[in-house]
Amino acid sequence: MQNGHFSKEFLQKIAATEPQWMREKRLEAYKVYESLPMPHTTEDDVWRRTVDMRTQDYWRRTRRYLRGLEVEKYHPSLPTNGGSPSETVGAGLPSPYAETAGVLVQVDGQRQHASDSEELKKKGVYFADLHTALQEQPELLRDYFMNKAVTLETGLKSGNIAQHNKFDALHGAFWQGGYLLHVPKGVSVEMPLRVYTRMSEADQADLSHTLIIAEEGSQVVVLEENASTTPDASGLHNGAVEIFAGQNANVTYVQVQRWNRYVWNFASHRAMVARDAHLCWVSATFGGRLNKLNQAAVLEGAGCTAQMLGLAFTDARQHLDVSTAQEHVSPHTSSDLLYRTVLKDRAQTAWGGNIYVYPEANYTDAYQKNDNLLLSERAHADTLPGLEIQAHEVRCTHGATAGKIDADQVFYLMSRGVSYAQAEKLIVDGFFEPVMERIPLESVREELSTSIARKLE
Amino acid sequence: MSKDLVINDLHISVQGKPIIKGLNLSVKQGEIHALMGPNGSGKSTLANGLMGHPLYEIDSGEVIFSGVDVLELEANERAKLGLFLAFQYPTAIPGVTLANFLRLAVSAVRAKEGNGSDNDGLIPMREFRGELREKMRQLGVDDSFARRYLNDGFSGGEKKRAEILQLAMLEPKIAILDETDSGLDIDAVRIVGESVSQLIGPELGVLIITHYPRLLDYIRPQFVHILLDGNIVESGGWELAQMLEAEGYDPIREKYGIKEEQNGEV
Ligand SMILES: Nc1ncnc2c1ncn2[C@@H]1O[C@H](COP(=O)(O)OP(=O)(O)O)[C@@H](O)[C@H]1O
Ligand SMILES: [Mg+2]
Repeated sequence: MQNGHFSKEFLQKIAATEPQWMREKRLEAYKVYESLPMPHTTEDDVWRRTVDMRTQDYWRRTRRYLRGLEVEKYHPSLPTNGGSPSETVGAGLPSPYAETAGVLVQVDGQRQHASDSEELKKKGVYFADLHTALQEQPELLRDYFMNKAVTLETGLKSGNIAQHNKFDALHGAFWQGGYLLHVPKGVSVEMPLRVYTRMSEADQADLSHTLIIAEEGSQVVVLEENASTTPDASGLHNGAVEIFAGQNANVTYVQVQRWNRYVWNFASHRAMVARDAHLCWVSATFGGRLNKLNQAAVLEGAGCTAQMLGLAFTDARQHLDVSTAQEHVSPHTSSDLLYRTVLKDRAQTAWGGNIYVYPEANYTDAYQKNDNLLLSERAHADTLPGLEIQAHEVRCTHGATAGKIDADQVFYLMSRGVSYAQAEKLIVDGFFEPVMERIPLESVREELSTSIARKLE
Repeated sequence: MSKDLVINDLHISVQGKPIIKGLNLSVKQGEIHALMGPNGSGKSTLANGLMGHPLYEIDSGEVIFSGVDVLELEANERAKLGLFLAFQYPTAIPGVTLANFLRLAVSAVRAKEGNGSDNDGLIPMREFRGELREKMRQLGVDDSFARRYLNDGFSGGEKKRAEILQLAMLEPKIAILDETDSGLDIDAVRIVGESVSQLIGPELGVLIITHYPRLLDYIRPQFVHILLDGNIVESGGWELAQMLEAEGYDPIREKYGIKEEQNGEV
């Protein structure tokens, strides 16, 4: 493992073998990174609710910037481009990889294992780590990479957040790892692709970048899981996810985040949905010390639909701050967001969701709901649904709830013989059920159930 | 050992307000008791207090069930001893299917102490399913019931039948039915009444709480008690229920000098 630093010298080192344009892109991002101050969580509106529970006293509301975070402490690594596939792929992977069309495993920013099925090769699907892709698919990357979805400057309404995001700039400058998935026109991949991203060593920085391009009429399912291999190695994840669902494409993207409780997690996820395309997007969060996630679906083409499902379970002193956006650019588009969070111990969460409807986007149908279940007195959830509607023919509904576990429900269940712990688990599972029942993959539902059960142990 | 329920000088209050005021009652296995009283007299308070709802504070007195003072026990421990309460207003639990929940509950109630050897202590799925299907058939409950979320979107009648189904599966020693007939039409009362009477036998003691005698046409109690203002004012046989049917609660209220509750039923 090579330990680098977030410095211009190290940036030059990473970019040394990369095309000129990428080198310039990194340097540009670095300039932005340097020009921006660390977000000040009392002054910056977007960061106002972000709290590092380990170093801050939320209730006193004083000095609430990211006090505990020292970015310099974390080390990005130098990609060992195309390293030999190794079978020692870290803990917690199902083996053999049942029912997948392709697998990619990355540990501490290094590609450890990659396998494509015959199906992928035959159909011309490109699936490789991003460094390999930079050599093999430079045009695609030049066209898409941090150019259209997660960008440092954008005209998108949901992009206002990114403009202020020091972490997007850090990612743009030092990204390493991640992958490109390109599904050609009309190709339908039957089995899901699986990506496992692991952090193992202490003080590691993971700057993985996901780039999914599904061309017109294609269909694909991607299951991505981020996890730590140890319970206590501290780390920094600074990621980006860019999804392009082409015209009439059908894309399902699932990301499950199970970092340990000592990992800072900053990420920007944006999906661009073209005409008549359908996106099913599942985002599940269990881990992390402090999570700051921006997630936006941009409904660019007429007639497209996006379903955004969120499921999170936070405990101890975890903090989760999610901003979601459903950005309706074109008419006859529909989006449906359901985010459910369970909080335990002293966990704190903030969810801010926006539906934007552009003046041209008549016949928009947008739905947005955030519900929080608090299992302890000391947990706290902020929820802020928002609408910005500029079209006339629009159907929008939104809502938010936060409530303690219901004493009558617990009593009802216990009066039939189940213990408090069992009653609590039943109620939690029941609370997540509306999200679960919409997840189209049995294996994902099972994995999520296991993670939920572990949180309740 | 016989599993009797013995209540001695019980006082229960809700949010600081005394509701049950020194009540005595005993129900033996195999006996059927009716506890009748107007709205607001404290029937549900007694039922919830006996089952251990944390909102209902036990101020004094004792409740002995099969030789154990249950007042210190959590609700689930009482259930495991063989106590059951069919709620007047069953709580909806969205997302939790009746079958999933009931399998956990039945497993917990049937588990013998020190017999935690098998996997997670659950009764085998096949065995459970078979038994559930059989009980649902006996009670004339539709098969789809098992997959529905507990009381969520259930009609009044469905809720009460789900309670009786749970009663049938859990096989308690003493069952308290809190107004299992209220809010139901005549047909629904008949179905519930017939369902309960199928379960009655020497192993089951029943305390039927009601303010109308309709359910008692199907389940004839040997003992009838009248609850007024937190106390049993009269106990007798079937003739007491007939008297209430004919005259209502006014003569009794007058006799004991108790005014009609202002706030009524909760
Ligand atoms: N959950 C509760 N919250 C507040 N008051 C209650 C509650 N349950 C019962 N009470 C009070 O206790 C009294 C008796 O109510 P209850 O036991 O429900 O009577 P019944 O079941 O005989 O109609 C009522 O006056 C009511 O105000
Ligand atoms: Mg009542």
